[in-house]
Amino acid sequence: MDANTAEQIVLRAVQSVFDQIGEPLPENLSAESVLVGPDAIIDSLGVVSLIVEIEQIVEAEHGVSVILANDKAMSAKNSPFRTVGVLAAHVIATIEEAKAA
Amino acid sequence: MTDAKKVMLITGTRKGIGRYLAEYYINQGYLVEGCSRKECDIDSPFYHHHFVDVADEKGVRTMVADIVKRHGRLDVVLNNAAIASMNHVLLTPAASANRMLEVNVTGTMLVCREAAKVMMRKRWGRIVNFTTIVAPIALAGEAVYAASKSAVVTFTRILAFELGQWGITCNSFGATPIMTDMIRGVPKEKVDEVVNGLAIKRLGTPEDCANVCDFFISPASDNITGQVIYLGGIT
Ligand SMILES: NC(=O)c1ccc[n+]([C@@H]2O[C@H](COP(=O)([O-])OP(=O)(O)OC[C@H]3O[C@@H](n4cnc5c(N)ncnc54)[C@H](OP(=O)(O)O)[C@@H]3O)[C@@H](O)[C@H]2O)c1
Repeated sequence: MDANTAEQIVLRAVQSVFDQIGEPLPENLSAESVLVGPDAIIDSLGVVSLIVEIEQIVEAEHGVSVILANDKAMSAKNSPFRTVGVLAAHVIATIEEAKAA
Repeated sequence: MTDAKKVMLITGTRKGIGRYLAEYYINQGYLVEGCSRKECDIDSPFYHHHFVDVADEKGVRTMVADIVKRHGRLDVVLNNAAIASMNHVLLTPAASANRMLEVNVTGTMLVCREAAKVMMRKRWGRIVNFTTIVAPIALAGEAVYAASKSAVVTFTRILAFELGQWGITCNSFGATPIMTDMIRGVPKEKVDEVVNGLAIKRLGTPEDCANVCDFFISPASDNITGQVIYLGGIT
């Protein structure tokens, strides 16, 4: 999967989380948008929904069953979910791992 | 495909309590999905079996994905599968302790995790995790098994808080001794001693288990979560 496809998946999932909570999508959503920590655009439960949503999109549209869960999930410094871009890279890496296994 | 019937996953349906519950809930009008490591001979158009070890992360994921593919929903989970190795702690090998924790605790957690991901989409779900009275009565000879089941209770209490916002309730159910293969090897005097310590001095039955599950999974029980109900008067 290329970086652009992964980022689009993450952005669609972000959109879906905002739809679920019934709030408008923040402006200037980009690869730099923060998902974890004090500046995050969603709260920690939003992150949970987001990850589940991405796993479902990846499985439904790309036929790969992945677990994005990670022990460092909620660490603002090291989380693989900390921004849209970092999360997209994590999605790619996890898919590669799942395919290699 | 989406079914009008509710879909229930029961783990450990090959024999014992899980087997009884599978047949009971088929008769109640559920589509029952079951699993065990060995062959299961439940024969019903409303039953589907998965050969899955609940401690196997990949297997559990594949099973839940398959349920979603065929039914488009998962409404109720009864985490019944478990193993017990009754032994004095001084005679318990690490491998047997690890295996009990892996099946009883990690297995329960994995099934809850994958099921909850499906339930949260519909904002409705019922999870019942099986514990035992030997944890609260601190029965000598079952230290590791009881500890694994205490872990299930604590896990379930916290799960209730983590999943409540999606309309998913999570409760634990602890049976008294019931004559299944699990306790067939326990000496009769030991079982009698436990039964004599109960408020209701009789063995438990699979019907007792269905009764408590019925309560927990009822649509009316949407405000009952994080609880544990033991049979026989144990608290
Ligand atoms: N019987 C009692 O006195 C009693 C009392 C209190 C609580 N409980 C609880 O009630 C539940 C059911 O007990 P039971 O007496 O019916 O036990 P059982 O007769 O030994 O049956 C256990 C069932 O779980 C399945 N199972 C075991 N390990 C599994 C695994 N790793 N993955 C998938 N399936 C697995 C078994 O099938 P396979 O072997 O084919 O996998 C079997 O169908 C357990 O949680 C137990 O702790 C029982």
